[in-house]
Amino acid sequence: MTAYLLKRLIIAAVTLVLASMVVFAVMEILPGDPARLMLGFNASADQVELLRNQMGLNAPFVLRYLHWASGLLSLDFGRSYTYSVPVIDLVRERVVVSLPLALIALALSTAIAIPVGVFSAGRQGRAGDALAMGAAQLGVAVPNFWFALMLIYLFAVWLRLVPAGGFPGWSAGAWPAVKSLLLPAVALALPQAAILARVARSALIEVLNEDYIRTARAKGLPYRAVLWRHALRNAMIPVLTILGLQFAFLLAGTIIIENVFYLPGLGRLVLQAINQRDLIVVESIVMLLVAAVIAVNLLVDFSYAVVDPRLRGRQ
Amino acid sequence: MSLLEIENLSLAIGETPILKDVDLAIAPSEVVGLVGESGSGKSMTALTVMRLLPHLARTNGRVTFDGIDILGASEDQMCALRGDDIGMVFQEPMTALNPVKTIGEQVAEGIRWHTKAGRAEAEERARKMLDRVGLPEAKFPLSRYPHELSGGQRQRVVIAIACALKPKLLIADEPTTALDVVLQAQILDLLRDLVAENRMGLLLISHDLAVVTEMADRLTILRRGEVMGAGDTARTLSDQFHPYTRELALASMHVPARPKTHLAGSAKPLLEVESVSRDYPGRRKSLFRPAEPIRAVNDVSLTIEPAQSVALVGRSGCGKSTLARMILALDKPTAGAIRFRGETITGKAEAELKPARRDMQVVFQDPYGSFDPRQKVEKLVAEPLHLLEKQPARAERREMVAHALDEVGLGPSDMDKYPHEFSGGQRQRLSIARAIITRPKLVVADEPVSALDVSIRAQILDLFAELNQKLGIAYLFITHDLTVARAMSDEVLVMHEGKIVERGRTADVLDNPRSEAAQALVSAAPDLHRAIARRLQEQG
Amino acid sequence: MTMRVDLPEETLAGVLAKAFGNRSFLIGFAITLLVAAVAILSFIWTPYDVTRLVIADKTQAPSPAHWFGTDHFGRDILSMIMVGARNSIAVALVAVGIGMGVGVPLGAFAAARGSLADEALMRVNDLVFAFPALLSAIMITAIFGPGAVNAIIAIGIFNIPVFARVARAGALAIWPREFILAARAAGKGMTQISVEHILPNIATLLLVQGTIQFALGILAEAGLSYVGLGAQPPMPSWGRMLFDAQTRMVTAPWMAIFPGMAIVITVLGLNLLGDGIADILDPKSRRRR
Repeated sequence: MTAYLLKRLIIAAVTLVLASMVVFAVMEILPGDPARLMLGFNASADQVELLRNQMGLNAPFVLRYLHWASGLLSLDFGRSYTYSVPVIDLVRERVVVSLPLALIALALSTAIAIPVGVFSAGRQGRAGDALAMGAAQLGVAVPNFWFALMLIYLFAVWLRLVPAGGFPGWSAGAWPAVKSLLLPAVALALPQAAILARVARSALIEVLNEDYIRTARAKGLPYRAVLWRHALRNAMIPVLTILGLQFAFLLAGTIIIENVFYLPGLGRLVLQAINQRDLIVVESIVMLLVAAVIAVNLLVDFSYAVVDPRLRGRQ
Repeated sequence: MSLLEIENLSLAIGETPILKDVDLAIAPSEVVGLVGESGSGKSMTALTVMRLLPHLARTNGRVTFDGIDILGASEDQMCALRGDDIGMVFQEPMTALNPVKTIGEQVAEGIRWHTKAGRAEAEERARKMLDRVGLPEAKFPLSRYPHELSGGQRQRVVIAIACALKPKLLIADEPTTALDVVLQAQILDLLRDLVAENRMGLLLISHDLAVVTEMADRLTILRRGEVMGAGDTARTLSDQFHPYTRELALASMHVPARPKTHLAGSAKPLLEVESVSRDYPGRRKSLFRPAEPIRAVNDVSLTIEPAQSVALVGRSGCGKSTLARMILALDKPTAGAIRFRGETITGKAEAELKPARRDMQVVFQDPYGSFDPRQKVEKLVAEPLHLLEKQPARAERREMVAHALDEVGLGPSDMDKYPHEFSGGQRQRLSIARAIITRPKLVVADEPVSALDVSIRAQILDLFAELNQKLGIAYLFITHDLTVARAMSDEVLVMHEGKIVERGRTADVLDNPRSEAAQALVSAAPDLHRAIARRLQEQG
Repeated sequence: MTMRVDLPEETLAGVLAKAFGNRSFLIGFAITLLVAAVAILSFIWTPYDVTRLVIADKTQAPSPAHWFGTDHFGRDILSMIMVGARNSIAVALVAVGIGMGVGVPLGAFAAARGSLADEALMRVNDLVFAFPALLSAIMITAIFGPGAVNAIIAIGIFNIPVFARVARAGALAIWPREFILAARAAGKGMTQISVEHILPNIATLLLVQGTIQFALGILAEAGLSYVGLGAQPPMPSWGRMLFDAQTRMVTAPWMAIFPGMAIVITVLGLNLLGDGIADILDPKSRRRR
């Protein structure tokens, strides 16, 4: 492995540890005693103290952090205060909704954005470009959850093509499940695609002004060949950066969109947990999502090295 | 019959006229030079032949290549010509290659495109071509990426791409301007050989009369989009018939008058550099092994006396700019000491450096990058006044700025303008005004004229000489251009790979270089006198 | 990633003349001005009082009396949108202020200092970027309970690394310029150079990023209010209005359509303004050499 990849890996690991410290510290300064919360207000002080000892709440801060963090590594997040089941069970149930939703949305947005960006960059300043970029400009301004409401109104209420919400579960078969994720995925993907298309276009236009594009033209390659063979790969670097950032926005977006479509995903779980002050669930899900963001950014760093030989070092 | 014939070519981009009634012809295996100052339209002429002009360009006239009407050809026809019958080499080798493709792919691509050859066959031909341009397989396999090559090596790759299919016409647009003199000589030799071997026509575009004179059979001189003179190289240059051409030739050979030359050993040194070295952290190859430091300046010692003009010459990357920055206390030496007027300046805090900075100023190369575009001339020129013990009042400051501007040939009304309202030469005057406003004893000038056109360059050199004579300012001139060193300095220091390898009276060193590095520099440096003499001799 | 910063070289008059020829800028500027004017107007006048509930008028379709209809409490949607504009603008503006106020000095400092300070800033940036605004808002709400201030803090925190990055990249591109070396040769210190030379030259970059973050802030605030982590009733906010509309999509679609349009138009206006400013000040179109 080259020094670049190793460095990125170490940075990601350090960021993850720091993030876990932040999450843990935030939850530590919360008002309220989890033991008291679990036992109810009628419990005696002795009972509470006993449970506190059992839960390890009286241990020093650092020890408690280490205990919690080592639990995370073995996927032991603790028990939910309100559901009285291990948090990991709740997460396992919900992640099969949220993760496919985010991935479908990501795939959809990339599949729309890149061709539009290439199309526009190739016709810079002409009518097709103006139309595509006008639509993108509008798309960037649309909040995904409002767009979701409008989609529900159009496709579920008016045309009755898809369910307005809810999730039948994967046990009901793949197609009904995917069908119920389709509208939410479109709602998430289109605004992101608008941003990505703009980035792809401007990255391409920037690259098309580079000297090496002129060199390629001077070889006798027609414009289209130059665009696909020389420009696109160089333009991928800024596109990848934005793709990494967008994943974080997509995750946040799923939390909101799941509430629009009544999907039983992590987003609904975390908002319910806030209302019920089930903090261990909040803490676990936040940690999980943060880890996902860090992992995706690491993936983006690795893909830079695939695209750009300058990062790979000497062979 | 001509290979390329340009007749009455006019070109405008939007509303701006670029070329007007340009005529130019190249016969097969003939070398034609196209010369002119910046903005004269040389590059646009080349791009017209390639039909790679910017979008809003409109052309008029006739361009015929090998019987084909270029301006009327379809895009498909042009694609068939480009890279096959017409090859082109560009000015900036650092950016001319695609950073994400190997050099093998980039050379083979054109071969595959035009000949429909298979991958293996195209790669074999690319290999041969790279061998031919001096990039042997052992050190430069096809799998190398451009970032692993130096500027000179990259230019060889660009030449390999352009010549891979043995075009009938090669266009080289300032192919050596971004390279140092030694590399320039090597690249020019390579071009000359390739042209002779393959009986190519060559259109060589350059701002440098000496380079073109050494290379071209005939030359055409452009000024503001119009042909000012054309014909046999030597005759055109010596002819009284082309006043502008003569003017250019004289300007490139200009030596400013400096009646008071300075003899070394006549005074106590103003600046003493003693065994100075500077290391930079090298590129890390592994996370576990510390990187080898790169020694940019290696145990350098030198002295400069008051009013003495010293030139520091060397190839690019030899450490001359690093040395200059350490002298200016903008960079810290790793080892050694620098004394200015007898006081050590190395390792001093910024506040203690004020008196030294007052007497030591700087002029940079790039007349566009040397000024904050957000500030007016008054503030920019007055910036070093910050170093005075007592800050002058506003009126007094304006007075001082006006005086400095007057000394460099600008007027007091220029004080309230922004830098972008000035031309390149005027900006270099502003730069000098800023440098002399505190009445320094030493001015370090880092390539102060290499970004300027020859006629402007002559004027700026005159100004430097005048200030040296009038105000007794000592100079350290950092330059890669031996003509400048010869014109401006009492002594020359030759730097090579971080070390000073030779020092002596300017004429002695440049006429009889003793060290290998100095000999390489002198023999590679283009010299207009010499080139014209040789041309005249050849033509009898 | 390296950044190319082109130094603007124009007088004010030249910039203004270009601004009047730039369609994006003109439309964006007009929309932004309109939204700001509506928000200010709402302090002194709205068609109806948004704090009074008129159950008799509940969920009325748009009509001459209520242009955008009424909600489930009989409140006038137009009036609520006007008052909601205040909330959106205030949250987004303060969040941009926090981001710029903290991020720009940090970025400029890291660029000037280099090495360790720079590395430290970039690592902290990575850390903050791992917490999208919604996640910070969830954590902050978990501690302090929901409210508009949380939204400001959460969005503001996320803005800090954004501005720090832009300022750092811009400053790093300017530090090696010769005019900075000349200023150093004139004995000027790091802070003085940052204030006199660096900041004025990255100001346009920051202005463009500011309008982008302003627009993103409005979107983020609407999202937070929509899931109940932002402004709380009875304070009208665009996101909250959409939450109320959700269960009534079939009977009262206007409750969703108009607040959403308000968000779209405001964000569109700000984005056009940002694009326009970038266009006007982008010297690429008039690059020499």
